[in-house]
Amino acid sequence: MEVELRDIHKSFGSVHANVGISLRVPQGTIQGILGENGAGKSTLMKILSGFIQADRGEILLDNRPVTIHSPADAIRVGVGMLHQDPLDFPPMQVIDNFLIGHDGGLFPDRRKARNELAALQTKFHFSLDPDAYVDTMTVGERQQLEILRLLWLGASVLILDEPTTGISALQKETLFETLRLLTKQGKTIIFVSHKLEDVDAICDRVAVLRQGYLVGEALHPFDPDQLVEMMFSKVITLGERKPIEVGQPSLFLQDFCVEDYRLQINNVNIQINSGEVIGLAGMEGSGQELLLRACGGLVRSTHGKLILHDQDLTGKNYRTYLKNGIAYLPAARLEQGLVPGLSLTEHFILAEGARGFFVNWDEGDKLAKERIIDFNIRGSATTTVEALSGGNQQRALLALLRTPLALILLEHPTRGLDIESTIYIWSKLKERCRQGTSIFFISSDLEEILRYSDRILVFFSGSVSPLLDASKTTVDQLGQLIGGRAWEETFKRNGSTDG
Amino acid sequence: MANLNARWINIGFQVLAVCLALLFTTTILILAGAPPLEAYQQIIIGSVGSLRKISDVLVAWVPLLLVTSGLIVTFSAGLWNIGIEGQITLGAIFTTWALRLLQDSAMQPGLIIALSIFAGMVGGALWAALAGALKTFGGVNEIFGGLGLNFVATALTLYLIFGPWKRPGIGSMSGTEPFPETLWLPQLENLRLSPYALVLAILSIGLIYILMQGTYFGLKLKAVGKNMRAAFLLGIPTWQYMMIAFVLCGVFAGLAGSIQVTAVYHRLIPSISSGYGFLGLLVAMLINYRAIWAIPVALFYAALNIGSIQLPIVLKLDSSLSGVLQGSLVLFVLMVDGLRQRLLRKA
Repeated sequence: MEVELRDIHKSFGSVHANVGISLRVPQGTIQGILGENGAGKSTLMKILSGFIQADRGEILLDNRPVTIHSPADAIRVGVGMLHQDPLDFPPMQVIDNFLIGHDGGLFPDRRKARNELAALQTKFHFSLDPDAYVDTMTVGERQQLEILRLLWLGASVLILDEPTTGISALQKETLFETLRLLTKQGKTIIFVSHKLEDVDAICDRVAVLRQGYLVGEALHPFDPDQLVEMMFSKVITLGERKPIEVGQPSLFLQDFCVEDYRLQINNVNIQINSGEVIGLAGMEGSGQELLLRACGGLVRSTHGKLILHDQDLTGKNYRTYLKNGIAYLPAARLEQGLVPGLSLTEHFILAEGARGFFVNWDEGDKLAKERIIDFNIRGSATTTVEALSGGNQQRALLALLRTPLALILLEHPTRGLDIESTIYIWSKLKERCRQGTSIFFISSDLEEILRYSDRILVFFSGSVSPLLDASKTTVDQLGQLIGGRAWEETFKRNGSTDG
Repeated sequence: MANLNARWINIGFQVLAVCLALLFTTTILILAGAPPLEAYQQIIIGSVGSLRKISDVLVAWVPLLLVTSGLIVTFSAGLWNIGIEGQITLGAIFTTWALRLLQDSAMQPGLIIALSIFAGMVGGALWAALAGALKTFGGVNEIFGGLGLNFVATALTLYLIFGPWKRPGIGSMSGTEPFPETLWLPQLENLRLSPYALVLAILSIGLIYILMQGTYFGLKLKAVGKNMRAAFLLGIPTWQYMMIAFVLCGVFAGLAGSIQVTAVYHRLIPSISSGYGFLGLLVAMLINYRAIWAIPVALFYAALNIGSIQLPIVLKLDSSLSGVLQGSLVLFVLMVDGLRQRLLRKA
């Protein structure tokens, strides 16, 4: 089936996620979609698969315009999407997961489904046990199940969102073989990824998105340098970088290992000086969030030590980390950082910690008014936090930080903020650095990482680079690195910057 | 100006909710073939018609206010303490137990009563702590845990009444052997109302008001209830606060059960909680954490309870009519509030 998108527009508030995107994917090909985080890949795919609707534009399948209002509509016209985190039902068995979404009257025909599952499995050389519970399976196996399910439901266009994250090399080979086999049968595959090597290995053609625009297309064989340039190239105007005054070493990670269900970070050995800013670069889900949360005491390390100012904090709980001057600011401000329904005053009182039994409201009010002026928050002391704009919520979060702090951990500190707020927030953070606070921050904005970091850690699928000197790194270099390319050359040359 | 407007809009919506609840109840009455106006009149007469009736309303107000005080704490922590009924029951059981143990001792009656009431508070707190521990350590939602513990509490009461604590001769649904009058909380002459109980209830709601409005504890509890994740990141020990909320609520529920034994029934009866736990949940939902409002709303609900006792006698209507009004009031207030938020968001 041939897929055509015509002039797709989609905005979320003032953010233009997709601007006039037109793309034609011929039948029987594997189309790669490349782009950094926030480039608009997911939005475009969600529109095609019915999760959200475009503000404007048309979808054509085999030159016939279709309206897709829901994922059910999508599968009816033959479009199925495989999500990055499998959307299945872990407490249920494979066969039941397989049957879900299938119209089959009140009583599903399990025997028929079983036979057809078996037939499909033979075709693709999969070996899933129909009676296994999904929560005992690997991400790769769950992916296979999802592919079979979508094919069984009649999908002739398959969208795969970052399918190679979290699966083994062997499963990746199987997946790629399957995809090639599918195209031979005339299926159309859309492969969304940020991994250049994967795109290079499997895709026949590729489209690159940047900031909501389709910035270029290419056919196999690709020129990787050209693709990186399309993904990241901007006119770089790095501000004046002030040389850092290196303080005393304050934080040590020794043979630090941490893992979650899909990623493993092994043997990180770094040493950070007080007042230093470390940027954590990498595509979303490459391990930077995991390491940041481990440094904040929110995830226990599986091995190794974390030492802050000669104190071994390994294995201690979050509140001990907090007491020792480590603060963690989550990306989801309203969901995790602030308490909707409570006023700014109440937040400041809570953040300052209890002094006695009764709250001194006058003092709290005074404190709130001071901080509101100091941090330029547009709101009053009695404003509840959910009524603040995103930028003001971020300022409020920063204003909640206690003094003194040894280490601030930030997830996307300026995501969604305008340039003025960004500059303001960084000026406040740099103030902290001058007082000796170290900062770790995650950002998907490479320019921000280069501009504000002293040193950079690059993450790719759980691998962590040695510390890179930010003043000697370019956006292009960083773009290659977070796409998993040029690691060896870079770190042979740059290896001495480690700790 | 905008604030003032918003305030009037809010009041307008609340009045609308009350009108809808009345309309709904009236419809039910008409469908049941009863004269609505007369029914309402009977409820009013039944609750404020005489000094005795007013005192009876206050007798019902005391446990309701105590239970609501406790529930404000758990609600603030974001917990649905359905187990409140069982906590009242355990308060009553512990009080009865202490009274039985001490009634033949040489202790002063006043001291015995005080100790028994204290025992009741401990009993309620323990039962609540059990629900809390099930949630915190066992992953059992407090609604399920509380519901289960309610049944256990009822069964325990029946066992005690028909088993170890049965009246001389044969156990009966009328409860255990009444305690001697010296072990009653002193009552007003010719009335069932105990001024001590009344003072305890008013002190309780006052305490909760101060706790929730003026202390770090109250503020932290609110933060836990509104966003546990953020509260945790702000350094609040979240599960510990939830446990404390359960225990505190259990203390007030236990006190309510205790008062039912020492000041109202003077013995343990099978349905000692009299549904005040569930009624308290309705009141707490209706007042939306604002402790001060518990005073009039609980009084109104108590008046409805007592007033409707008239209905079967005069109009041959079931007294559960008050429950229809009480329940529909909560439903309409919540529904209208949802409607208001939806409309205001659009505007």
